[in-house]
Amino acid sequence: MSDIINLTLSALIDKIKNKELSSQEITKAYIARAEKSKDLNTYITTDFENAIEKAKKFDEKGNFDYELPGVPLAVKDLFCTNNLKTTAGSKILSNFIPSYESTVTQHLWDEGAILLGKLNCDEFAMGSSNETSFFGNVESPVGKKVVPGGSSGGSASALAAKLTPATIGTDTGGSIRQPASFTGTVGLKPTYGSCSRYGIVAFASSLDQAGPMTQDVSDAALMLDVISKYDLKDSTSVNFKRGDYFKSLSSNIKGKKIGIPKEYRVDGMPKEIESLWQDGITLLKKLGAKIIDISLPHTKYALPAYYIVAPAEASSNLARYDGVKYGYRSQGENLISMYENTRSEGFGDEVKRRIMIGTYVLSSGYYDAYYLKAQKIRRLIKNDFDEAYKSVDAILTPSTPSSAFNIGDKTDDPVSMYLNDIFTVPVNLSGLPAISIPAGKDKNNYPLGLQLIGKAFEEQNLLNISYSMEKELSFKNNLQDWWIK
Amino acid sequence: MSINLKTIKHIAKLSRISIDDKKAKELEKDLNSIFEFIETLNKVDTKKVEPLTSIAETSLKLRGDVVKTKNIREKILKNSPDENKDFFVVPKVVE
Repeated sequence: MSDIINLTLSALIDKIKNKELSSQEITKAYIARAEKSKDLNTYITTDFENAIEKAKKFDEKGNFDYELPGVPLAVKDLFCTNNLKTTAGSKILSNFIPSYESTVTQHLWDEGAILLGKLNCDEFAMGSSNETSFFGNVESPVGKKVVPGGSSGGSASALAAKLTPATIGTDTGGSIRQPASFTGTVGLKPTYGSCSRYGIVAFASSLDQAGPMTQDVSDAALMLDVISKYDLKDSTSVNFKRGDYFKSLSSNIKGKKIGIPKEYRVDGMPKEIESLWQDGITLLKKLGAKIIDISLPHTKYALPAYYIVAPAEASSNLARYDGVKYGYRSQGENLISMYENTRSEGFGDEVKRRIMIGTYVLSSGYYDAYYLKAQKIRRLIKNDFDEAYKSVDAILTPSTPSSAFNIGDKTDDPVSMYLNDIFTVPVNLSGLPAISIPAGKDKNNYPLGLQLIGKAFEEQNLLNISYSMEKELSFKNNLQDWWIK
Repeated sequence: MSINLKTIKHIAKLSRISIDDKKAKELEKDLNSIFEFIETLNKVDTKKVEPLTSIAETSLKLRGDVVKTKNIREKILKNSPDENKDFFVVPKVVE
């Protein structure tokens, strides 16, 4: 059984297709491990009984030509799942049972995958450490009392701890890539418009994007093949010619031009991150890529602009939680006080902070000074990338300015928490695809990731570059299973 | 610029979130430190810059005005915290 959980997603699929393993054996192996891994607090809701039932059905008369034949998967609890509780990590949705399925999860089930359950995340995906969840902190398997990153922290932790062979998360400012970097896993944020947002609990609609979190780059390509599809139900879904990402993987990157932005060399960045980045550059040169120094001059304004744009959109998106049609309801002597009490008790502190910031920057008299200003800065940040992409094919940066920190370390100071996303946020503001791959470890043996940022809709290029790097890096997490009970 | 307690309470009202004085003071501290950080944007001259409202700068697609889901009243009401047969129920709004 320990063999099963050590297989990558693509290896698992091969074994199912060759009838070496049954869907039931695999599903039961993951469930057994999850039962022993409760201390990590990765799951908000499990659906194990149904999963075994579905696996049994698959073994009896499943279609082995599917992309994910009988593969059990757990997903972030931000994706609406028909008839299964979907909480977004919030008290206000703690009793919400959707009557419909998100498009991306539907794609998984349509290709034969089986839902194991819903994974913990920061409340409404607002956080960088999975500490804002109503359902409690998630611990990272890389170390005791260490955060897995966020907001897709439950997903990253479950993946690294081998409780699911792959998973999907969402990324609004780094919520796939930062936890991937913290847990030694691969996280891909596709181009805005690549994966449908339909049925994903909305945080900031112009930034949100779903994407794969996997054990290696091949698995990310495989998952992207399944979830990246044009969708009429999402008005920002883009109908571009998608690649055959998994089949087209190539490790030949000779002549590729990779940009190194000097603005990502920030003050106070640990030496180990600096040298990780330098080693990445050396490796790319060895693989035949051409390294070009570039400038993205407005980088330092990305994070403050993000903290206007994202809360503004969030305050509007979260206006729907009023205790009337679904979710938690408090009492009040009249309608307004019922709204106010419901929202006060139903939302956690970080979500309230962001709703308040968003409401303020959109309010009469402040709109131009804050919101419009931020949208203009957003244009400048995107222009920086457009300019850089005239001379390079992709950009290499560290994924995060530090490795994983301890639970509780940054909860008292919102701004220090926000700084986690300094290297990932510009990508969302510009709608670009980016991937984080594990590339080394720090002095505590915690993983460190490198980020590759690509041109819009050129995921294949990103996957190929990271695929070729991954082969040479041969990163291993070597976790000691300390959390198993 | 700093955000005072009065403004905090006004934003809370606009946000439909009830807060007590202790919470308001906490928020005053947090929001001021966040806005200090945000206001570094004032250093950038954006007079001639067009705002970027959306990355997918395409116009919305039109579709036929056709009902696709029918008879889902029960499904929709199922999640309601309070209901009365065919309606959502809220505290009394007219005297």
